[in-house]
Amino acid sequence: MSRTRGDTRRTEGGVLNVFAHSFLVLWTVLAAGPLIWVLLAAFRPHADIVSDPFGLPGGLHWENFTNAWTTADIGRYTLNSLIILSGSLTGTMLLGAMAAYVIARYEFRGNRAVHLLFTGGLMFPVFLALVPLFFVLDNFGLLNTRQGLILVYIAYSLPFTVFFLVSFFRTLPGAVQEAAVLDGASHSRIFFQIMMPMARPGLISIGIFNFLGQWNQFVLPKVLNIGSPEDAVLPQGLAALMVQQRYEGDWGALYAGVSMAIIPVLVVYVTFQRQVQTGLTAGAVR
Amino acid sequence: MRLGHRLLLGAALFLPPRLTPRRVRDSRHYRTIDQYRFIGWFLAAPLVVYLVFVVSPFVQAFFYSMTDWTGYTAEYTFTGTANYERMWNDDKFWEALRHSLLLLVFAPLITLSLGLFFAFMLNAGGRRRGGQAVAGVAGTRLYKIFYFFPQVLSIAIIAVIWARIYSPRSGVLNEGLSAVGLDSLRQNDWLGGRFAVWCILAVLCWSFVGFYVVLFSAAMSAIPHEIYEASLLDGATRPVTFFRITLPLSWGTVRTGWIYMGIQALDCFALVSIMVPEHGMDVLPSYLYDKAFRDGQAGYATAIGVALFAVTLLFAGLMMRLARRERIEL
Repeated sequence: MSRTRGDTRRTEGGVLNVFAHSFLVLWTVLAAGPLIWVLLAAFRPHADIVSDPFGLPGGLHWENFTNAWTTADIGRYTLNSLIILSGSLTGTMLLGAMAAYVIARYEFRGNRAVHLLFTGGLMFPVFLALVPLFFVLDNFGLLNTRQGLILVYIAYSLPFTVFFLVSFFRTLPGAVQEAAVLDGASHSRIFFQIMMPMARPGLISIGIFNFLGQWNQFVLPKVLNIGSPEDAVLPQGLAALMVQQRYEGDWGALYAGVSMAIIPVLVVYVTFQRQVQTGLTAGAVR
Repeated sequence: MRLGHRLLLGAALFLPPRLTPRRVRDSRHYRTIDQYRFIGWFLAAPLVVYLVFVVSPFVQAFFYSMTDWTGYTAEYTFTGTANYERMWNDDKFWEALRHSLLLLVFAPLITLSLGLFFAFMLNAGGRRRGGQAVAGVAGTRLYKIFYFFPQVLSIAIIAVIWARIYSPRSGVLNEGLSAVGLDSLRQNDWLGGRFAVWCILAVLCWSFVGFYVVLFSAAMSAIPHEIYEASLLDGATRPVTFFRITLPLSWGTVRTGWIYMGIQALDCFALVSIMVPEHGMDVLPSYLYDKAFRDGQAGYATAIGVALFAVTLLFAGLMMRLARRERIEL
């Protein structure tokens, strides 16, 4: 009796297993297919791509990559993005952690109001602010400058960063902080030497989240960083490259340019995939 | 307290602890002063950046939406609700709104359904080993790596790749249709005509499914195995298990995810702006962008922004309301 039951269970599991795997594999092909296709096409001459889009590369043609690197300046755009991010990410993490820590761990008048002010920013679409923001930057002489873009990235990353870190700082035990106060440590010392190290997991999660968000930011630079094509950040550069190749008709170079933008991300992602996945989804669970 | 002493205590708010005079540090108020000084200094920089670049533009937006400002010069006149009246009669605005709403309805529906389905398959679709009630499939981690990858790619990269896939000549979609003998389904203009919004919808869903698979997997693995075992003893089938146990117990995550996806669908600017050729399909953000930075109608553009904000608020409010359920404590 018990054996038959066990058997039916096992077959049910088996059928479901085949069913599950076939769907899962199908989506794997759909998710990875376009990327693999681009990586392969990057090694094929333009004429081949047009005559047979699904063909495999006949050999390793690096011309596309040299073309994309020299004519499309992918290296330059990457460097621009890195420079901006080195400032904006540091600033976001520092300012976000400072504000969140004070809101989470100190009692003062207006605490709730400040918290609400920051988290309320989550409900406002960036597009509502876009036009006035353009003129705010213009008035400060920050339009089309790196400093301007850095400050704007910081400002628009703050709502989520503060929201996330406040709840994180609240989960940290208070005993360590009290002990440090008794030992006569100053407030800022407690923050930098005790609370920041304790908050490391949270800081890493939100740091990855902000890194990818700022690295991939498209609309803010498209509006606020339009001075000279040389200052374009990577997403702008790729969009420009597509327009350019549409006229010049060299898809191989376009795919090579896109591949060069994908590969570093791919390497970092596969290396740190667990942290990246938790970093990007942690915020939504809270 | 003497006035001088009071001033000194006040001044201490602006002095670093090291430079604070001994007299103040010995005061019985010093602990409070020290604390407020710390709070003030730590909040100052974030607050200033936030107020200048986020709060003030938002507030200004509501004002400018009632002016005829072009954006080219500093001059404008107050026109009251003229922009909103114009919007009411603007067919292109309604079309953009229709497209945005269509994405707002379908993108979360499709993406979250697929995400839930795949997450359930990953967590409960495997062969049971050693009398476990549920088991994940083999290679769960590998699947997640592949699924999640589009999420870390720049939206600009995704848009460029998909623009090429939809390309009428030598695009993968058209050539693929021919390859399987469906020549009749080939389109000369996937991104220019009536299919455009559906093409955008497909890309939007494609890029976010992996995110939700990972998110829901985490929520599902938090459900205790005993509950599955009990339901299995009662003879529940997989679909029943899913709808009676898995879904209700991950409901909070589903709701948050739904709102998040809706906000992504309302944005969608990068996809439309890179993929769709000029004068093609518009969504609210791309229409706003054109009005503000191409046509020199900054006032009207901010009015569109206010409309977008209203849609966002309505959507979030509606979702919070509709999706309210008894919270199930485990």
